[in-house]
Amino acid sequence: MSSTRSIARRVLRSSTLAALTAPHGVDRYLELVNPMWAAREVRARVVSIERETDTANPVATLTLQPTSTWEGHVAGQHVQVGLELPGARRLTRVFSISSAASAPGEEFTLTIRSNDGGTVSSYLVEQARPGQVLHLSQALGEFVLPDPLPDRLVFLSGGSGITPVMAMTRTLLRDGYDGRITFLHYAQTPAHQIYADELAALAAADNGVDVHLVHPDAGGDLFTTEALATLAPDYRDVDAWACGPAGLVALVEDAYAGTERLRVEYFKTPTVATGDAEGSVAFTRSGEQAANSGATLLEQAEALGLTPEYGCRMGICFSCTSRKTEGTVRNVLTGEESALPDEDIRVCVSAPVGDCSVEL
Amino acid sequence: MTVTPVTQATSATGPKARKDTASKAAEAARKARQDQLDPSTVAGRAGLTPADLDRFGEEMDVIRKRVLSELGEEDATYIRNVVKAQRAFEIAGRALFYLPPAWPLAVGALSISKILDNMEIGHNVMHGQYDWMGDPALNSRMYDWDNVCPGEQWKYSHNYIHHTFTNILGKDRDIGYGILRMDEDQKWSPYYLGNPVYALLLMVFFEWGVAMHDLEAENIVAGKRSIADNKPLYPGLLRKIRRQAAKDYLLFPALTGPLFPLTLAGNVTANLVRNIWAFNIIFCGHFPAGVETFTEEETADESRGHWYFRQILGSANISGSKLLHLMSGNLSHQIEHHLFPDLPARRYPELSEEVREACERYGLDYNTGPLPKQLFSVARKIFRLALPNRSEGPAPTPEAAKADTAA
Ligand code: FES
Repeated sequence: MSSTRSIARRVLRSSTLAALTAPHGVDRYLELVNPMWAAREVRARVVSIERETDTANPVATLTLQPTSTWEGHVAGQHVQVGLELPGARRLTRVFSISSAASAPGEEFTLTIRSNDGGTVSSYLVEQARPGQVLHLSQALGEFVLPDPLPDRLVFLSGGSGITPVMAMTRTLLRDGYDGRITFLHYAQTPAHQIYADELAALAAADNGVDVHLVHPDAGGDLFTTEALATLAPDYRDVDAWACGPAGLVALVEDAYAGTERLRVEYFKTPTVATGDAEGSVAFTRSGEQAANSGATLLEQAEALGLTPEYGCRMGICFSCTSRKTEGTVRNVLTGEESALPDEDIRVCVSAPVGDCSVEL
Repeated sequence: MTVTPVTQATSATGPKARKDTASKAAEAARKARQDQLDPSTVAGRAGLTPADLDRFGEEMDVIRKRVLSELGEEDATYIRNVVKAQRAFEIAGRALFYLPPAWPLAVGALSISKILDNMEIGHNVMHGQYDWMGDPALNSRMYDWDNVCPGEQWKYSHNYIHHTFTNILGKDRDIGYGILRMDEDQKWSPYYLGNPVYALLLMVFFEWGVAMHDLEAENIVAGKRSIADNKPLYPGLLRKIRRQAAKDYLLFPALTGPLFPLTLAGNVTANLVRNIWAFNIIFCGHFPAGVETFTEEETADESRGHWYFRQILGSANISGSKLLHLMSGNLSHQIEHHLFPDLPARRYPELSEEVREACERYGLDYNTGPLPKQLFSVARKIFRLALPNRSEGPAPTPEAAKADTAA
């Protein structure tokens, strides 16, 4: 079975087949026969969707069966998920993988919170159905455990930031890790607690894992220096991984100031438009930054001495397409605003509304 | 002339909306200019003041915005179905070469595949018409067509140079492709006696013409570009040529074993059919009699309205059946395409009624006609312009141009 798979793979990726299907590539033909056939691209079929919490912003775990092109993942990594929403617009978002490390072609899970502003996450949690096909990247990210493993680890997470550290914990236990883990997690209320049952079982078992769940309603304390000192007195000397909302990560960073022990990860959220030309504009590739003048991004970049590529300067030729990583822009021709992170925009007709970062 | 705009302008964001508290006199002078006909320009001769053009531009912007807001499932399904059909014709064509008696069918299917790929899919996708879908398979930055011209290079010369400087003599390099004399205002020289022959050659080798177009040979001859400027283009161009040639002239023929020569001939024919078809559609879109060209002076610093105006007078449509529109990638609606190059081409037929009606109100010539008429008109022009202009006088008046169309 696996040898047929590897032969099929070798044929599909052969230069002859590439030459025969040029310029479109093998995948453009395979997908027409079966969306789960691919030579290079990665897609996945939703196998099941299970609710984790039923709070206002519910959380669900999606089990995905990837195409054979999936190269597997290391615990802590994330994946880009592309989803075609009603209106035929495909949006791509990044989610951490919550299951233990996977081998090539193997199932894995994503645990996702439905965000008000995140159309992709709300769709995946509340409307996606088993059988639906998603577009994926390979697993990405450096927020992973080192090799060799230290014999003591601290994981700090908040909200849905629990996913990568949960993947790490699951992998460690599966693979017979014999060190000690301090697992600190913050959730708004017990009802918001993701993986409540599994965490209770983890805490009860004799496995070297200390689980501390912090719920502010129940009088719990955030991860301040003092709180950490009581929960894990040696924390500053132990390798730690923190993931969660930016505010929580900042607190943890303060507590670890001056040490080299901490690795952090947090996700971007769409910004809120202010409707005004304020804030500042950052051109990330060149490292330039300036106050937003309200002019188009192309003009603002040029005012800073940058020379982005352009053609028509009126929005018709797409020569100036660049990636906006954060912030809201207004299309000066249509007045339409868009606040999606990591979006390709035509800088000649896009003016920033508030803070904005562009890869130029 | 007086013109009644259908929709009141609502554009508050345009640069023109800027409040100017400068001296009233300057304002008045500007106003007067806005309402004055300038007979030295194409617009002035067409009876349109700068203010008329602004109103016209606003009307076009309203159409544009509306369509943008409507884009969705229907457009996505349409283009995906065209892609499916193209792939099906391609596979059928390649497969039928194994059955020698089916050779004509194989050539037919492969020709259709190449035409669909280059026109309704390639040309339109590479214009960014489907970028809003966020699908990499239909994205202008990712797509490349089944044609020897690298999409990357074509996008520059076509989307930018041609669509921005449409029919501006000296700037739009698509006027006669630097080879032909397609406008009275291109200075005649004995070289142009060969006009019909060059046109025939360009038609037969059209994909190669399009690929070489980006090397701007005419500008090198004229000393405006050096051979060294082309250096960066060679690797991409050669890679694409190699890939296309290997596929059509080596690998697929070889796969049919003893039928190699037949398959090779079939692939050559399919490329030829596509070349002839694409050449004719494109020449009908820009060069029938009556299409206007503009000077660099009158388009320096032009308003958005004037840009729209220029697109209309620089293009011509072909009337015909749905099949004709599909097979021409809706470039049979060249006028609408030039007005709205980044809107999905399948929308052009429905937009054409509004555009045509607006043209009537503004007294603009909306150049359209059935394929044979437009082809004849182009052919006549190619032959006529092989010879020097009959009367070396002032530029022809719009009336003269109209008479020409009617002929
Ligand atoms: S420069 Fe042509 S679209 Fe921006």
